Amino acid sequence: MLPEAVHPHHHPALAHHFDDLGQQQEAATLGMWVFLVTEVLFFGGLFLVYSVYRIWYHDAFVAASHELDITLGTINTAVLITSSLTMALAVHAAQLGQRRLLMIFLVATMILGTVFLGIKAVEYYDKFVHHHIPGRTFAFEPRAQARHAQIFFSLYFAMTGLHALHMIIGLGIMSVMLWLSWRGAISAEYYIPIEISGLYWHFVDIVWIFLFPLLYLIGRHA
Amino acid sequence: MHSNHILPTRIYYTIFGILMFCTYLTVQIAVFDLGALNTIAALAIAVFKATLVILFFMHVKYSTPLTWAVVLGSVFWFGIMIALTMSDYLTRAWQTFG
Repeated sequence: MLPEAVHPHHHPALAHHFDDLGQQQEAATLGMWVFLVTEVLFFGGLFLVYSVYRIWYHDAFVAASHELDITLGTINTAVLITSSLTMALAVHAAQLGQRRLLMIFLVATMILGTVFLGIKAVEYYDKFVHHHIPGRTFAFEPRAQARHAQIFFSLYFAMTGLHALHMIIGLGIMSVMLWLSWRGAISAEYYIPIEISGLYWHFVDIVWIFLFPLLYLIGRHA
Repeated sequence: MHSNHILPTRIYYTIFGILMFCTYLTVQIAVFDLGALNTIAALAIAVFKATLVILFFMHVKYSTPLTWAVVLGSVFWFGIMIALTMSDYLTRAWQTFG
């Protein structure tokens, strides 16, 4: 028997093991959150290592954090928060079935994400120029703190690099969402893909909300 | 139980404004030497910002109790990781008592 004969009027996107789209959306949201829990602990491990080293090698970490550009860091924080706003507005447009507005906000989110990565690239380039890339050519003044400063920059590149990788994956996800919206696969009844992609994007924003003060700000005054 | 809450966009713009103000605030505070309070203030503002994003942008405020449990679970398990590790690393200097 064809599925249409069993459920004559169901939405084409409704999977058959769910009663309705509402239940399907709750399951999808829950599943995404379970994934995000693993991400919290994934990034959490790095935050933990950073905290331990920061307490142990406090002076070197303060000196090394002064090498970061606080202006670029602040601009990037603002860019990412704005991209979270456009993402939230994209979900809102999807909920109302406003296809055109949804696509505009998805593109805006992707542009802001790309701007963030561009500014990050400028910062990385500056670290190359000043020999702050961990490895054989690493140099840091005062030289007595160089060994511990290298640990700071190792963690800086590991944490911001992993965050940037998440941003790049996010841009890929948004491209797929844009394609789905273009095809008309998103409607007021079915916008689950936009909603859970938004959860991912906001999570990456939250990671940066913690990275920014921990790497750039604390110990700044000294 | 259809969790199809559509929030007015006014809420998103308000949260955005608060997040931007908090970013401005945390950068301004960083310039002053407040001792240990610098770290506490920076982390408190970051936690506040993250909470706003989770509750409103990520719609957790309007989600099912099960979603709440998962979200709080991530904080709880992260807390265990921090607390148990720090109870080792922060107390190593204490071993030479007596």
